[in-house]
Amino acid sequence: MSSKPNVAKSAIKHLFVALAMFGFGFALVPLYDVFCEITGLNGKVTGTVEKVDYTVDTSRTVTVQLLASKNAEMPWRFMALQEQIDLHPGEWKQIGFWASNTTASDMVSQAVPSITPARAAEYVQKTECFCFQQQPLAAGESKQMNMVFTISPELPEDIQTVSMVYTLFDSTEFADPETVAKLN
Amino acid sequence: MTTTTAAHDDHGHHGPAKGIMRWILTTNHKDIGTMYLWFSFIMLLTGGVMALIIRAELFQPGMQLIEPEFFNQMTTMHGLIMVFGAIMPAFVGLANWMVPMMVGAPDMALPRMNNLSFWILPFAFGMLLLTLFSEAGAPNFGWTFYAPLSTTYAPSSVTYFIFGVHLMGISSIMGAINIVATILNMRAPGMTYMKMPLFVWTWFITAYLLIAVMPVLAGVVTMMLMDIHFGTSFFNAAGGGDPVLFQHLFWFFGHPEVYIMILPAFGIVSHIIPTFSRKPLFGYSSMVYATASIAFLSFIVWAHHMFTVGLPLVTELFFMYATMVIAIPTGVKVFNWVSTMFQGSLTFETPMLFAIAFVILFTIGGFSGLMLAIAPADFQYHDTYFVVAHFHYVLVPGALFAIIAGVYFWLPKWCGNYYDEFLGKLHFWLSFIGVNITFFPMHFIGLAGMPRRIPDYALQFADFNAVASVGAFIFGFSQLLFLYIVIKTIRSGKQATPEVWEGADGLEWTLPSPAPYHSFSEPPQVK
Ligand code: HEM
Ligand SMILES: [Cu+2]
Repeated sequence: MSSKPNVAKSAIKHLFVALAMFGFGFALVPLYDVFCEITGLNGKVTGTVEKVDYTVDTSRTVTVQLLASKNAEMPWRFMALQEQIDLHPGEWKQIGFWASNTTASDMVSQAVPSITPARAAEYVQKTECFCFQQQPLAAGESKQMNMVFTISPELPEDIQTVSMVYTLFDSTEFADPETVAKLN
Repeated sequence: MTTTTAAHDDHGHHGPAKGIMRWILTTNHKDIGTMYLWFSFIMLLTGGVMALIIRAELFQPGMQLIEPEFFNQMTTMHGLIMVFGAIMPAFVGLANWMVPMMVGAPDMALPRMNNLSFWILPFAFGMLLLTLFSEAGAPNFGWTFYAPLSTTYAPSSVTYFIFGVHLMGISSIMGAINIVATILNMRAPGMTYMKMPLFVWTWFITAYLLIAVMPVLAGVVTMMLMDIHFGTSFFNAAGGGDPVLFQHLFWFFGHPEVYIMILPAFGIVSHIIPTFSRKPLFGYSSMVYATASIAFLSFIVWAHHMFTVGLPLVTELFFMYATMVIAIPTGVKVFNWVSTMFQGSLTFETPMLFAIAFVILFTIGGFSGLMLAIAPADFQYHDTYFVVAHFHYVLVPGALFAIIAGVYFWLPKWCGNYYDEFLGKLHFWLSFIGVNITFFPMHFIGLAGMPRRIPDYALQFADFNAVASVGAFIFGFSQLLFLYIVIKTIRSGKQATPEVWEGADGLEWTLPSPAPYHSFSEPPQVK
């Protein structure tokens, strides 16, 4: 029952399976992001959307808590200008954060958003957010960074509070050329 | 299950070459199997010394013997060495010895590759162990090497760790391909799939798990390498990556990996229990299907290791129920082993003692696994000693006991002598008592909230920790008795019959003891 050509064939076939699985591991990286984006799992809704004019649901009010947080490696000062705001679902609002590069060198930051409860993430819509791009600040410079958003009226009734956390990272190392150009 | 024509007689005229080159150049499945087993035993002792260093430090609260940084290196290296250096190579060694003999083949399908897959291992682990002597120290981020601990905050030795993992991965993938190619192409005439011995079946499925997930592990460490040295940010949020992604990728490998470490054990036990019950195995085909369904399910439960990272509710529920479903095929297996023993004429030689202990203690580990699978409860149990108790029950009296049972069971076939039954039983009882004294108290300190991987602890955990440490030393030192028994058996002992055990069944027992250097040059006929 044993024959060399068959052995070689099985070996090569399975070697290809192994190589394909190596590729699959890497393919999981974009798939993971796509999956998070489609489902809104992981509190990850980052893409910009077209502004939609919803009929504002004035019958209820949602409290949106805004939290500024920093990665341990990030020396800047970073804070939310309002701790919380109230909004009717469907109503567009602009909110602001304030960042200040307290160091002596030019730096680039990247904010990573997270929404709690994660269930609410898919209803949060942003037309503009400082987290969409890297944000450069020259040494000692400060600036206000804005976000324009709404929560769609389909938000489940039982959600009355939504927290939005922005964590600021030092991404000077990963800065893209256009962002660096803005510094000079 | 099978009967055969008498095996070919002795092949002395082209036996092994002499001297050290025999071992370096050998392509013989028995030589390579032997080397795998010795390698794995050396790793067991190495990882064991590390475990005893950990337990010595934890004997009392407060810091006595070692620095916390070194403690972290010990937990990391202990885990890596036991998983990749002791348990996995031991199973590959057993497969090398037994699969060709069980399917009636002269050797493995790809003997040269077999040589290579073994000889990679000493280099991989040599490299990993040498990091202990480097200035940065050995890896200290846990055997699960979560990013960014293992990337942004890692010691510089992480690069050697990454290459080590690459080498082990290549070795396991080649080993797995070899086993699959052997089983697909080298079976004796008449040995259909549903006549294959269960050790062959479980290894067949394990080999597919290896081929599917070891490359993903290789991918994960490659991403780490790129994050560390080439400025990418797969796992670094500052550059747009996500550390949670690391955990998904790791556990996509990691959960199938735990089944890689237990399926061959199921196979071994499914040979030993029928032999010493003098009855055929109860429910052969349900065993095959249960193994296959466990393997399939192992791909869709990985996030039960991540209940606390902030998964959405539906995801928690999915992974909770999927995990619990695994208990069904596992339960089928335990039921079949118990039914095989039911009304059998049992005798309790050493392999049978280890096999019965396996069934009982592995089941305890399965139950604690079910408790951990309850997502809301896991928020309390996660990262405590309860998890440590769980996986040590499935891995030590689970996987390791099955390996030891297999060694006692097949040793007379390998070297032609019976081992000393009294010493074997002594080894069993010392191990059995040691293992339970070590790991049972960990359930309680875990439920009471003692975190894992911390070198110091609150006073209230002191008594149970002291007990666990005593057990660890009993267990550790009794393995030296095992070494003595094996060496003694190789050198002398009562001459073994070809059948070795009354009631043994399968092609391997039709060969003389010790098994000739080349097993079946003429394929046996399986009826
Ligand atoms: C009925 C079967 C099983 C179930 C339901 C189960 C469930 C679980 C769960 C939920 C965890 C995560 C606990 C936590 O970190 O909070 C876990 C951890 C673990 N399990 Fe199991 N398990 C089972 C069988 C096994 C087997 C057979 C093995 C290995 C042979 C194994 C090895 C491990 C390991 C090594 C860990 C810990 C990984 C780590 O964090 O270091 N389990 N198990
Ligand atoms: Cu698991």
